[in-house]
Amino acid sequence: MYVAVKGGERAIDAAHEWLADERRGATDVAELSIPQIREQLRLAVNRVMAEGSLYDPDLAALAIKQARGDMIEAIFLIRAYRTTLPRFGVSAPIDTGAMRCDRRISATFKDLPGGQILGPTFDYTHRLLDFALMAEEGAGATPAVAEAAGAARAAGGAEATALPHVAEYLDREGLLQPEPEDNTPPRDLTREPLDFPADRPLKLQALARGDEGFVLSMAYSTQRGYARNHPFVGELRIGRVAVSMDIPELGFAIDLGEITVSECETVNQFTGSKTEPPKFTRGYGLVFGQSERKAISMALVDRALRWEELGEDDVGAPAQDAEFVLSHSDNVQATGFLEHIKLPHYVDFQSELELIRRLRAEAMMASTGPQEAAE
Amino acid sequence: MSYNFAYLDEQTKRMIRRAILKGVAIPGYQVPFASREMPMPYGWGTGGVQVSAACLTPDDVFKVIDQGADDTTNAVSIRRFFEKTAGVAVTEKTAEATVIQTRHRIPETPLCADQILVYQVPIPEPLRFLEPRETETRKMHGLEEYGLMHVKLYEDIARHGEIATAYAYPVKVEDRYVMDPSPIPKFDNPKLESPALQLFGAGREQRIYALPPFTKVASLDFEDYPFDPSKAAHPCALCGAEDSYLDEVIVDDAGGRMFVCSDTDYCASRRDTGEAA
Repeated sequence: MYVAVKGGERAIDAAHEWLADERRGATDVAELSIPQIREQLRLAVNRVMAEGSLYDPDLAALAIKQARGDMIEAIFLIRAYRTTLPRFGVSAPIDTGAMRCDRRISATFKDLPGGQILGPTFDYTHRLLDFALMAEEGAGATPAVAEAAGAARAAGGAEATALPHVAEYLDREGLLQPEPEDNTPPRDLTREPLDFPADRPLKLQALARGDEGFVLSMAYSTQRGYARNHPFVGELRIGRVAVSMDIPELGFAIDLGEITVSECETVNQFTGSKTEPPKFTRGYGLVFGQSERKAISMALVDRALRWEELGEDDVGAPAQDAEFVLSHSDNVQATGFLEHIKLPHYVDFQSELELIRRLRAEAMMASTGPQEAAE
Repeated sequence: MSYNFAYLDEQTKRMIRRAILKGVAIPGYQVPFASREMPMPYGWGTGGVQVSAACLTPDDVFKVIDQGADDTTNAVSIRRFFEKTAGVAVTEKTAEATVIQTRHRIPETPLCADQILVYQVPIPEPLRFLEPRETETRKMHGLEEYGLMHVKLYEDIARHGEIATAYAYPVKVEDRYVMDPSPIPKFDNPKLESPALQLFGAGREQRIYALPPFTKVASLDFEDYPFDPSKAAHPCALCGAEDSYLDEVIVDDAGGRMFVCSDTDYCASRRDTGEAA
């Protein structure tokens, strides 16, 4: 006897309870605190803030905890929260030239005013597991280590004054393609439907909140020859910038606070055209937090997407196709649609099942005669 | 923390209502709208949820079905969402509901003029799998250039002897726009001509479209290969209905199966009133 599938509500409640229990894990292990995640998993927090498009380290840490470390789930939590927030204004564009840099490197010049600042980077670490970190407490936090880090911070970025952008030096010589000045307020991807053709601000917006893995792979594909654009990291800088806003009631701008961003400007080869002598061109990446892989990737993809504007050929590479890139870069959209195929599809499947059976019956009838097809 | 009635803020609802009104004014036309991130995943009914949120009033009676059933997990989840955020009355009875959100089915009980049927739509563009570019498909709709679709249907007939589309069967609305009716079985297509207002919401794809009451909706076909809203050639094993869409259920290890109504409310009410065979 068939019993209709009932009990969806009870099953959902039970699943949620089980999930909460799994999230907590073994209770004889201390529970993670939000400050611990915020301070010790900061790069994860940065990614959630960047792709969640919301700068709030505490909420990002909460989302990571609630999502059990599933980054896309955490990003989704932040997005769903962000969408409920009222917009009370628009800040002034941040001035990355005035950035207080923790890290600032150029791959195009050996030395430059302000110098190369390595900052806290994995770059030259040997990727050997540090078993000392497995010790319950204290590892890495000895007074001597803390003191050395503090000294490095003081000597390097933290107190450094504004550093000029590397691109300015090329610009002065006229070697860089000038960027058109445009003060039109950019469209807001989160308030308007995506529309093509997309202008550069919209593309950059989509890339900034796009999935790190997707943007990385797109960028990588350009390096491997699918619309190669010969990038050099002109400059990568990471540090704190002030966010200020014009307050109409006051009649002047005030600083609301400070955010950490990663900015990457690539210098790319450009062969020139019949009408123009050769010049360097640029790609641009800007991401919340220390997210340099993402910032560099973004700059490469930005540059690849500019083929039309710069009069290059469309070689048919995925990274040149704005509609392809922008429509598929968002991991919250992608995950939702991908995972929705877990939902019941009995009805569509049933209609396919009947169609296939009928087509097969007809085909058998035609090829082997009516007796066999009749089963 | 408390949310606004039906979760979305009034400005957002207003934006959605404008898109709905535009959709009603141009039946079958896909209106872009600034879809919001909802607290459920894209692909799980966010378009339908936003449309429902924009339509619901405190006096409404809300019903949610998925695959025709009120008790499938995602239907339960969406119904709970609105019980919690809008506090509206909910029902499983098609006739009692004023707003019905659906995924993949149209209820068997005929709808009436004071009802709104809200569809969850995964891919609103009927031409999408013939032409992946939105810039191109919008142009094709603009120019009423539907040759590609007819060629596809013709190729189906050439290859299989019939139009091999069993669900999300394309329709033409008021002799103008080709429209995707969402992945309902083609059995449901004739019910698209209805006294009720039908609204379609695609959250991830940021589109809303509509069929105002009594709009002409023709399933695409050819004179010599007319549209056929087929279904399994069985009666429902529970209520005996001959006229309802059936789910096939595997009932034992030997692959034994039975066919039962996909519309659980229809089936249950037939059994309650003793119409079961």
